[in-house]
Amino acid sequence: MTTKHEPYYVPAQSAWPIIGAIGLFLIAFGAGTFVSKLNTEGGGGGYILLTGIAVIIFMLFGWFRTVIGESMAGLYSKQMDRSFRQGMSWFIFSEVMFFGAFFGALFYARMIAIPWLGGASNNAMTHEVLWPTFEAIWPLVTTPGGSTTEAMGWTGLPLYNTIILLTSSVTLHFAHVGLENNKRKALTVWLGFTILLGISFLVLQAEEYIHAYQEMGLTLDSGVYGNTFFLLTGFHGMHVTLGTVFLIVLFFRVLKGHFTPEHHFAFQAGSWYWHFVDVVWLCLFTFVYVL
Amino acid sequence: MSTITQDSPAAHDDHHDDHHHGAPKGIMRWILTTNHKDIGTLYLWFSFIMFLTGGAMAMVIRAELFQPGLQLIEPNFFNQMTTVHGLVMVFGAVMPAFTGLANWLIPMMIGAPDMALPRMNNWSFWILPFAFTILLSSLFMEGGGPNFGWTFYAPLSTTYSPDSTALFVFAIHIMGMSSIMGAINVIVTIVNMRAPGMTWMKLPLFVWTWLITAFLLIAVMPVLAGTVTMVLTDKYFGTAFFDAAGGGDPVMFQHIFWFFGHPEVYIMILPSFGIISAIVPAFSRKPLFGYASMVYATASIAVLSFLVWAHHMFTTGMPVFAELFFMYCTMLIAVPTGVKVFNWVATMWRGSISFETPMLFAVAFIILFTIGGFSGLMLAITPADFQYHDTYFVVAHFHYVLVTGAIFSIMAAAYYWLPKWTGNMYSETLGRWHFWCSVISVNVLFFPMHFLGLAGMPRRIPDYAIQFADVNQIVSIGGFAFGLSQFIFLAVVIKCIRGGEKAPAKPWEGAEGLEWTLPSPAPYHSFTTPPEVK
Repeated sequence: MTTKHEPYYVPAQSAWPIIGAIGLFLIAFGAGTFVSKLNTEGGGGGYILLTGIAVIIFMLFGWFRTVIGESMAGLYSKQMDRSFRQGMSWFIFSEVMFFGAFFGALFYARMIAIPWLGGASNNAMTHEVLWPTFEAIWPLVTTPGGSTTEAMGWTGLPLYNTIILLTSSVTLHFAHVGLENNKRKALTVWLGFTILLGISFLVLQAEEYIHAYQEMGLTLDSGVYGNTFFLLTGFHGMHVTLGTVFLIVLFFRVLKGHFTPEHHFAFQAGSWYWHFVDVVWLCLFTFVYVL
Repeated sequence: MSTITQDSPAAHDDHHDDHHHGAPKGIMRWILTTNHKDIGTLYLWFSFIMFLTGGAMAMVIRAELFQPGLQLIEPNFFNQMTTVHGLVMVFGAVMPAFTGLANWLIPMMIGAPDMALPRMNNWSFWILPFAFTILLSSLFMEGGGPNFGWTFYAPLSTTYSPDSTALFVFAIHIMGMSSIMGAINVIVTIVNMRAPGMTWMKLPLFVWTWLITAFLLIAVMPVLAGTVTMVLTDKYFGTAFFDAAGGGDPVMFQHIFWFFGHPEVYIMILPSFGIISAIVPAFSRKPLFGYASMVYATASIAVLSFLVWAHHMFTTGMPVFAELFFMYCTMLIAVPTGVKVFNWVATMWRGSISFETPMLFAVAFIILFTIGGFSGLMLAITPADFQYHDTYFVVAHFHYVLVTGAIFSIMAAAYYWLPKWTGNMYSETLGRWHFWCSVISVNVLFFPMHFLGLAGMPRRIPDYAIQFADVNQIVSIGGFAFGLSQFIFLAVVIKCIRGGEKAPAKPWEGAEGLEWTLPSPAPYHSFTTPPEVK
């Protein structure tokens, strides 16, 4: 048999997955217990949740150390690199669908649920019987139930954040170009700059949340406007946090001299993830803030 | 389909030295394993344990329904049984069984050394026992476990649900992560690790159907995660996604849930189509009729599955044009499904057929799944559905497609590939006993349910009007018989693992595919050097 076949590296037994499974178990069980007692006993099981998070962090360190070690030892063929890239792309696709569920809820509430409650199409009696004084508007600052809030404008902090995140995608691209042309200095500087932009985004978003809670009365439970606002921006913020951590890890690896112009899957993955988070923000900015 | 050039099965043994890890001993082999066959075995055993667990719950349900009135259990516990039975069977029995088969078979079928991401593969599996521990343990909490039906419609799952709902939510979250990682692994393996010459239109249909299933999984499991998250925040954190007082809508829950839920039911049947498309040609000793049309039909079903979700909600309130749209799209699915059934029958036409146990299950699948498909068509007709909605007719319909469809295909697959997995032939006598007991009892169990539903018996009730008593008794007897019959299967599998007539590399005369070029049992590492497919 004539094959120019590179061996596909199949790792030996590994303890990291089972540690990860135990960590997820503790997180799910701890969070479940904590939340289920939230309304009655004010929480409980929080320490199980924290243990689980610690186990997962330990697992991530160990697993990534193993993978980086294997990568540096040259165990990964071109074909494996493709496996990783395809795996990461599909993971990002799953994230897109996760956000899709919440955007779906936003569109349904805006385009269908609220107009119907206001008597649109053939729902005149729904309106008349349930909440005759309710007015269908978006942003929904007065709910059918009667609680009121204020809508978040798109100028000011959200606009700054949009500019910051868009810029960060560009700087990360410059870092990538630097890596591909083997200009390590450009790589380091642009990557560091991206991280700073990511952190400033998070700081400004925290400020926006404080402003919403303390001065505007816009909270998680202020009707479907507040719900979609905080769940969409909140999950996005969590992804920015994760992406920033990802970039910080990459930054330290760059300082240690990892990655070559030909071989830098982890950098590629982090960069894809960051661009994805950026695109989600653009949709958010358009549909949650502006329109 | 494909011609395989392989010197001899023994050729693979030389490559064992490449890997310094054979099958390790002891329990740690299973906990730490990265081997696709070990992980496949774990999935399959886990699935079988869950099948018996969910089955035990079904037995409780049928015992309570044996006669009208409340005899054995409280209504609230009855609701927990119907809910957890559904969740365990969908997420614990059927889906892991298919993932187990995918793990065992896909690398062997495409000539790959293992799954593309072996450690993540282990992680996907080991999340599941933990997730189900959480889900099942919630049954023992104060206030009981989930009692809102496996579809967990709001406000049943929000306003009126037990305190333990958060555990249900997080259990679903980690099950979803497991499914997504499993699906990513399958897609990457198929796209990236096919042996040279294994072009797309030479892929065995099981691989094709799983590729499309994996795509569906990655597309909709995150939507399920979003749904349970909104249930969680609605119940515990004061949001109003599914509460009209806050501007939300309980009907929105059903839209989001079924956007996940409908592709989900195809996730549970597409791999079956692949299995049947392997078994029917093997025992008809003819190549599959219409291979390409099978591939296109599978893809069309997957695309259509995103456009039909609201046929589960015809009675919940939708504009008429939406009801019509979803009705026509749903009926359109009958076309590619009909292509498949036609192809299987055409494959058998003038074949030299023998009826070993896998073929018996496959033929039963074709007939009984088609019955389930037809009752599905009846339910798709909007005005008729107004009558059938939430009756036992629906229960009969989805049990025909899931039990005599999905489960029968899994049984067929188990019998077909057991010789390859264990190296021994299973007992054909016991296998036939298992088949005939199952196929008779399953029809006694589910067929009369159609009549109950048409006569107006609602689903998910612990008590019923007196005129339904006789038929319910027959149904319950069928249920107990079907439950007991599955122990024959357990006996067959254990007996086969422990010994029996040695299986040759290719125990079925008409079988096709790379997996039969390997010795039986398949070596721990199969294709360390990819075979060449011409």
